[in-house]
Amino acid sequence: MAAQTALRKQVEIASPTRRITMGIIFLALGLLTILVFTNGITADMRTSFGLNASGATTQIDPWVVHTLTALYVIAAFAFGAGGYQLIRGFKHWTNWVLALVVFAFIFGFLVWAAADKSLNLAGLVATTLNKAVPITLGALSGILCERAGVVNIAIEGMMLSGALTGAIVSSITHNLWAGLGAAMLTGLGMALIHAWLSIKYKVNQIVSGTVINIFATGLTSYISAKFLQSNEALNNPGIFQPIAIPGLVDIPFLGAILFRNNIFVYALFIFLIVLQVALFNTRWGLRVRAVGEHPKAADTLGINVIRTRYYSVMLGGLMAGFAGAYFTLGSVGRFDEVMTAGRGFIGLAAMIFGNWTPVGSFGAGLLFGFADGLATRLAILQVPIPSQFLLMAPYVATMIILAGVVGRSQGPAADGVPYEKE
Amino acid sequence: MNNSTDQQPVEKAPEQREDAGKVLLNEITNPTPPKGKPRRGIGQFALIPLLAIVSGLILGAIFIIITTQEVYAAFGQSFSAGMAEAWRTVVTAYGALFAGSIGDPARIIAALNAGEAGEIRRAFNPFLESLVTSTPYIFAGLGVALGFRAGVFNIGAEGQIFIGAAASAFVGYSLKGLPMIIHLPLAMLAGAVGGGLWGFIPGWLKAKTGGHEVINTIMMNYIAFRLSDWLLTGPMKRPGSFNPISPNIEPSAVLPRFFGDPIRFHLGFFIALGVAYLVYWFLFKTTWGFDLRTVGANPFAAKYAGMNVARNTIAAMALSGALCGLAGANEVLGVNYNLAMAFSSGYGFDSIALALLGNSHPVGVVLASLLFGTLRNGATRMQVIANIPIDIISILQAVILAFIAAPAIIRTIYRLRTPSKAEGAVTLSSWGGNK
Repeated sequence: MAAQTALRKQVEIASPTRRITMGIIFLALGLLTILVFTNGITADMRTSFGLNASGATTQIDPWVVHTLTALYVIAAFAFGAGGYQLIRGFKHWTNWVLALVVFAFIFGFLVWAAADKSLNLAGLVATTLNKAVPITLGALSGILCERAGVVNIAIEGMMLSGALTGAIVSSITHNLWAGLGAAMLTGLGMALIHAWLSIKYKVNQIVSGTVINIFATGLTSYISAKFLQSNEALNNPGIFQPIAIPGLVDIPFLGAILFRNNIFVYALFIFLIVLQVALFNTRWGLRVRAVGEHPKAADTLGINVIRTRYYSVMLGGLMAGFAGAYFTLGSVGRFDEVMTAGRGFIGLAAMIFGNWTPVGSFGAGLLFGFADGLATRLAILQVPIPSQFLLMAPYVATMIILAGVVGRSQGPAADGVPYEKE
Repeated sequence: MNNSTDQQPVEKAPEQREDAGKVLLNEITNPTPPKGKPRRGIGQFALIPLLAIVSGLILGAIFIIITTQEVYAAFGQSFSAGMAEAWRTVVTAYGALFAGSIGDPARIIAALNAGEAGEIRRAFNPFLESLVTSTPYIFAGLGVALGFRAGVFNIGAEGQIFIGAAASAFVGYSLKGLPMIIHLPLAMLAGAVGGGLWGFIPGWLKAKTGGHEVINTIMMNYIAFRLSDWLLTGPMKRPGSFNPISPNIEPSAVLPRFFGDPIRFHLGFFIALGVAYLVYWFLFKTTWGFDLRTVGANPFAAKYAGMNVARNTIAAMALSGALCGLAGANEVLGVNYNLAMAFSSGYGFDSIALALLGNSHPVGVVLASLLFGTLRNGATRMQVIANIPIDIISILQAVILAFIAAPAIIRTIYRLRTPSKAEGAVTLSSWGGNK
């Protein structure tokens, strides 16, 4: 099975159709840069990028580039990559080159959008990171469940209910940590319902997830309408303040972005590393993945499939509850009805985008967060592209990824299949 | 509820994993019992859904009691006072739900006695308003049910409703001077085409690339949402308006109402019933419908029988989307007369619940839609009179759906006999597109 998968991956990457498709994509991006972005750009235009995020302790001067030159360099890079790809092919480096070309293209877009104006690049990166936090945490929740073979479309519901209890408990106890704990426990409770329905009663896991989403939406809105709106004291949890890491925060550009955040961002990085290592380098991870890929084989080798699935879903619930707490305790400071606004589903997309790996889904989360953060900034820069289309881009990209155009994303083989002992 | 597993023992070997649709179908549908066994009566057939609804209402009552302050105060005085207060709370709440959705019997009789037309209209309005609320549910529920029958899980009703609504609104206000007999069908058709397109794309992706329709339809929902956001702040924005709202549709595109104000009951309800019959006829009386159901029940068998699985999958998603698009058209042409932002919030998940509750059968879907529409409509009054937030309905829906999906829970609670064979496991193929 694994050998087959590896073989298929090799074939896919090396296939001539794919080589040519990729080459054409590179060339098209280069062409787009030349044709669209250089329109109306005159030789005396400069683009200025601010490099100081808010709260930066070490101020540095903005980075000013000559707009036209930058665009030509980017186009030349894309053409070069496309040409080489068509003639020789980058072979197994193709996806990395694709990432570079797309990155250069996006940079070209920014250079064009902010021509003759100034764009705070550091601020944009900081926004991207912040928007990526709940999405990536949601994706991690999904990964925990799905690596063990339980589809989880209920991340949204788990996050929403976690956000609510986080706000209420924190308001009552005046202790943010108690609220955080309560939020995680609520996520756990929702996950237990999911596990109970889908593992014990073998309910279709998507139906079970739908049940939880409807239930969580109803329950949180009910409690909010019945209690929180009439009693504001219940909905005043406070917010985790950013903690600056001494020394590191003084690094120019990156310092204020990475090392002056609240605990959610730091926790995200810790979870990312721990989960990535745990899943792929520990016995526990091997067992979870075995249960998700081939439960019967895992069972034969003495792994308790049902128990592993329960534990994985419960961990996923804790993670989703933590992600939910981000909304009330990490960013907004109060609970509003349906405040997660689909972040759980985007987390799900990020998980698939990242090929069911923590680091990959963080990359996808950054992409989603970037589109989100850029949309607001473009409105300020008065770019002629409607921000809605930019906001659409990540969803379209997910569908393209899923369709296998750029490279196939492959989930656990037994994902969504209930296990029955014979 | 579940005896179709009798006919085809489910293979459990992982390499022979069934597609979502087949097993879903095993779980939720029950076309014909196997020959030679006594046919189950309609009572048996409807028992689990009925018990699920009753249990849902009971749980809802308990939930209302434990979130009402007065009950705790009364329990503080004495146990009997507490019980009385709890009972009073539930009666007030469900009484308001009933009066708000069916009508107040006393008021209806009084109005009929008085013989005053306006008062009679107002007295009957709750019931007719429930039908108005049910109408989009019928369309969308039918859409999801048709998808289930063909083995596709259309979780994108929300987006398809948006696009359908936008398309019919555009046709409704931009074409001027047409006679109603042309304009109205055209506007409805536009809704169906818009929704159908939104269903076609994930269907095509599933058939051609294996990308799972669940994730694709979720993505399409968000794309639809952004698109309608753009349309309503850009090309379709009402001239001179500050709000994201489209111009009003022409009178020739309006679904006619049958009574004077305040009754909003309109032709859409009968169209929905007609469409339900059409879906029934299509699924169970035509060759194409048979193909569709076979592909859903067992894609491998369908392939061996020479049916085009890919084409049927695409057709099912497109039709499913078209039905959901009609739901959006119905709301624009029959109720709102314009397109506003996010007016259909929540229909997407509700319609899944409806299709499951209705056993993916058109008759069942219509009945389930009437129930949900009635509950939703009554909940508005319950909110005013009993101070119970309208969101209690979502909680009820979730609980009912859980019971329907896991009939074993209902059987345990009510000590029903379990079917002779073990229940068919509901599985779903991996959605990474690795098939």
